[in-house]
Amino acid sequence: MIAAAAIGMLAGVVAGMLGVGGGIIFVPGLVLFVGLTQVDAEATSLLAIVPVALLGAYRQHRYGNVRVRDGLLVGALAVPAAAAGVAIVNALPERAIEIGFAGLQLVIAAQLVRRSLTPDAGGEPASPGRGR
Amino acid sequence: MPSRRTIELAGIGTAAGLFSGLFGVGGGSVIVPLLILRHGYHEREATGTSLLAIVVIAAAAVAVHGGYGNVHVADGLLVGLPALGGVVLGTTLQQRVPTRVISLLFATLLVASAVDLLAK
Repeated sequence: MIAAAAIGMLAGVVAGMLGVGGGIIFVPGLVLFVGLTQVDAEATSLLAIVPVALLGAYRQHRYGNVRVRDGLLVGALAVPAAAAGVAIVNALPERAIEIGFAGLQLVIAAQLVRRSLTPDAGGEPASPGRGR
Repeated sequence: MPSRRTIELAGIGTAAGLFSGLFGVGGGSVIVPLLILRHGYHEREATGTSLLAIVVIAAAAVAVHGGYGNVHVADGLLVGLPALGGVVLGTTLQQRVPTRVISLLFATLLVASAVDLLAK
């Protein structure tokens, strides 16, 4: 239980720093430390993501880092595909989802390494008080 | 006719939504690079805007999962509540430190987790 809470905390830090939901951490955390199946872990991860992303977006908005119209447009236009994805995952065998998820983790890891090694990427500190 | 820009944002949304539904993630790993590469966003602005989109995407995806009876609410709170502290820390850190080191640590963690899943 402490491990699950710690992994949740870590997922939040990752979400805030990288602008993601934290699902890539929530899902394995829920499988390894809570004992959920892959599909149930994914569903439960999405529940945890909602408040985390909401608080993160609010904080970033105060720093002046959110383009509200674009964010809402991308989110609203994503809804049909998200519903389709959930329907697909509920029809697939568990092992196929596990392998797909592992593949996603490796792709994201490679993406992060590439971004980290690119000059001028990775984010220099913002000027103090920006957007306040 | 929707503008070219709206169509592009719809493309980003569709890719992110599919990822979200299939993998139980927010779709930020799709949204952030595409906003930077296709729309000239700065890194921080992309991550902030991505978080807003994720609120909508994850809410829709979890609602559909709820219909299948896959959502464990108590377990979601168990990881989600500590994550609220984490996201405050993460957004604060992001304004002050380079994300490079954290990105590399995070990548290492993902590889370890993927190997564990594949070796199961």
